[in-house]
Amino acid sequence: MRYLPQTDDDRTAMLAAIGAAGIDDLYVDVPRSAWRDGLVDLPLHQGEMQVERALAAMAAKNLHGGNAPFFLGCGSYRHHIPASVDALIQRGEFLTSYTPYQPEVSQGTLQMLFEFQTMIAMLTGMEVANASMYDGASGTAEAVLMANRVTRRHRAVLSGGLHPHYRETVETYARYGEFEIVSRTPSPDGRDDLIEAIDGTTSCVVVQTPDLFGRPRDLTKIAEACHAAGALLVAVVTEVVSLGLLMPPGAMGADIVVCEGQSLGNPMGFGGPYVGLFATKSKYLRQMPGRLAGQTVDAEGRRGWVLTLSTREQHIRREKATSNICTNSGLCALAFTIHLALLGEEGFTTLARLNHEAAQRAAERLEQVKGVSVLNETYFNEFTLRLPRPAIGVVEDLAGRGILGGVPLARFHPDDPGLSDLMAVAVTEMTTAEEIAALADGLAEVLA
Amino acid sequence: MTTTSGNRGLVMDEPLLFEQDAPGRCGVDLETPEGRPLKLGGLERKGAIGLPGLAEPQVVRHFTRLSQKNYAIDAGFYPLGSCTMKHNPRLNEKAVRMPGFALAHPLQPESTVQGALELIATLAHWLTTLTGMPGVAMSPAAGAHGELAGLMTIRAALTARGDARKKVLVPESAHGTNPATATLCDYAVESIPANERGRIDIEALKEALDQDVAALMLTNPNTCGLFEDEIVEVARLVHDAGAFFYGDGANFNAIVGRVRPGDLGIDAMHINLHKTFSTPHGGGGPGSGPVVLAESLVPFAPLPYVVAGEGGFRMVEHDPSGRSFGRLRAFHGQMGMFVRALAYMMSHGADGLRQVAEDAVLNANYVLARLKGAYHPSFDGPCMHECLFDDRTLKDTGVSTLDLAKALIDEGFHPMTMYFPLVVHGAMLIEPTETESKATLDQFCDTMLALMEKAQAGNAEWFHESPHLAPWRRLDETAAARNPVLTWSPEQGKNAAA
Ligand SMILES: Cc1ncc(COP(=O)(O)O)c(C=O)c1O
Repeated sequence: MRYLPQTDDDRTAMLAAIGAAGIDDLYVDVPRSAWRDGLVDLPLHQGEMQVERALAAMAAKNLHGGNAPFFLGCGSYRHHIPASVDALIQRGEFLTSYTPYQPEVSQGTLQMLFEFQTMIAMLTGMEVANASMYDGASGTAEAVLMANRVTRRHRAVLSGGLHPHYRETVETYARYGEFEIVSRTPSPDGRDDLIEAIDGTTSCVVVQTPDLFGRPRDLTKIAEACHAAGALLVAVVTEVVSLGLLMPPGAMGADIVVCEGQSLGNPMGFGGPYVGLFATKSKYLRQMPGRLAGQTVDAEGRRGWVLTLSTREQHIRREKATSNICTNSGLCALAFTIHLALLGEEGFTTLARLNHEAAQRAAERLEQVKGVSVLNETYFNEFTLRLPRPAIGVVEDLAGRGILGGVPLARFHPDDPGLSDLMAVAVTEMTTAEEIAALADGLAEVLA
Repeated sequence: MTTTSGNRGLVMDEPLLFEQDAPGRCGVDLETPEGRPLKLGGLERKGAIGLPGLAEPQVVRHFTRLSQKNYAIDAGFYPLGSCTMKHNPRLNEKAVRMPGFALAHPLQPESTVQGALELIATLAHWLTTLTGMPGVAMSPAAGAHGELAGLMTIRAALTARGDARKKVLVPESAHGTNPATATLCDYAVESIPANERGRIDIEALKEALDQDVAALMLTNPNTCGLFEDEIVEVARLVHDAGAFFYGDGANFNAIVGRVRPGDLGIDAMHINLHKTFSTPHGGGGPGSGPVVLAESLVPFAPLPYVVAGEGGFRMVEHDPSGRSFGRLRAFHGQMGMFVRALAYMMSHGADGLRQVAEDAVLNANYVLARLKGAYHPSFDGPCMHECLFDDRTLKDTGVSTLDLAKALIDEGFHPMTMYFPLVVHGAMLIEPTETESKATLDQFCDTMLALMEKAQAGNAEWFHESPHLAPWRRLDETAAARNPVLTWSPEQGKNAAA
């Protein structure tokens, strides 16, 4: 077995050193009734070539963003990842290290995390950021819990424009947490009565921008209303590239900003692993979940970094911790940081503009298809089409023609008739004119 | 010795990205925008972000240099107890980058992702077969997230039978995520002590088990590296009290292929794919924490899940029965970890996985046998995949567990887990894993023995100053916490104290 270095001679010598007659002697504490003498009913070991073939056969059954005209978004985006990102994250010193508990031999990861935290704070317009959460959705749930702790209130208001998976995740975390969730229903006409829902018991309002339909949201008024009522504003960004062109939530008064960071450095990968970005104001630092890298010096006065403020965390505070999170999304955060370092100020803002322009070109072209209209007046790189028949069927028919056309919003809300004819379409720097033409032609065909 | 450059041989002094900024410089070549009017409703960004400009070679060098400041399993022995730092095969990395997996979007129509769904279903089959449990929830993002999924499933099952229990029992030796998860699920946590044999104290358990207990969370093999030998009795007591038995499966590596948790009476257990099944830790994550479930809990499992039907695989995202407790994250789970874990499991097969457990246990017992004269094993008898010592033989030397750990760094080893579990004074938890050779173990043990001899000979000062040879000397964690500097700012001097 290629991953096991012990030879039979080693095993014999080691058992002798231990004073055991055989390996079974080391399992004496396992109740006899639970011993399994034979092998479990699974295939035997295989060589690298065989495993690779078997997995390649599964992979080959999927249509994907590399072999089909592609327009899906809703929290997972197809962006170009520079080759050096993947080369660098595969360096064993990053890939195969653990959480940096021993800072003297983990400065690579720690310095990277400090850079990551700084970049997140810059992008979101906030003061501090943590070393990552699992993903945007679980990060949003953690933000609501944090707002509850900060305000000592127990009622969160969720915008109808919040990604339905995020809303469901918040509702799950709330289910047994004895707090109330007021969810607005997604409204294609842009209605989202948030300010009316705020009262003296509200801990936070959660608003996504751009929202589920792709509309950038002005958070200023909602932030004012939140603060007037003593509540926090939680802003959610599922497409982090939008922050290259849009006003950062911090500049509009957000108190906590949560983003999904997949778009930078991380492939869509059928949904994970992704990286939750989490930023807030310094005054709320001690209520923040997750790990933090902080600057310090070593015994010779050299600058270095350590994991810090861990008295918030489970390994110190146990049942009183701010969160149960331990393992986070370290390597995805690294990929994010490398990609953003390559882009820099100029590249990132240009990338955002290219996305926005590509989306405009697509919207203009798709609007010409008979029976199709664009719901949005404003959008970043994703907009919603209204189709003349239910979008789920249209998307299936497009897939039958080898086109991955968009996300039917009814996939999230099968029972909401108001959403059934809507399809969210995402367009990025990767989307070619040929792909846009293929979608337009495909739509014209399947709607004919 | 100081150098003019600040570099020390191959260890380069590397400034922050922000300190290498030149405005306008860029590490990617993008097309030029057309300059179309914006359709953002006036919400465009007004000021600069502040991101640094670097060219590609600078970025590559920066992160290469950073990587060289990290210890890693690729580079050396990493016996971090409870973390299962085993070799991470590169085949797994190759597999996850196959375009059919890497470029698939989670919301594509099911008909276009049959291969991805097949992979999830296949991995689920391996996990349920290895654990002897009928169901598995695949979506949790890590071990702690799996604990949450497990406890919420239990809570949903209890609620369905109208049983509003309020407490979860957690042994003192448990990992911090266990009590933190119980709180997140709105349970009161009651701590159960360990007995003198390092196992759960059955008498204390009996005392605590009443009508208000929803579940016991027990790690097995436990965090002292021991198999809970009374586990069948523990399960009976828990079930008799009407409660559920949650297993923390972080230490599954010791028993995979040899013992099935389902045969021990466990109702729910998370598996850290990033431990037992070798998905890389990546400097802190990502992980993946599927939870295997007993029949009675399966209907309450989180969404979504994959089912096999006549027309192929389907992804169930809405629960028609209304019994599922809900969704824990966006999309379906840590697919990238699933691909890696399945590549690993298929490579080992039923025979190899059993050998994994046996070699992991053999290696730990070998270390235990070699060190037990000089170090004090906290408990008698054979250990499982990790061995636990306390700091008794360091008493009166002036050297602490921390000092010894830092001295190990100078010797080229990653330290063991220190001060965990909490039930042992100055704990040193050593988990060698099965992917280490006897030669490596011998070198480590020789070093550990020499360090103990050195400590007992009265070199406290030298230990306090360890590490001496690492890229950094001991870092001041107290200063970092007292005055938190969590982001870079232009005003910060390069070598200013925090
Ligand atoms: C015993 C035990 N339980 C739970 C966990 C939590 O797992 P994770 O870090 O994947 O959330 C760990 C590892 O960190 C552990 O060692």
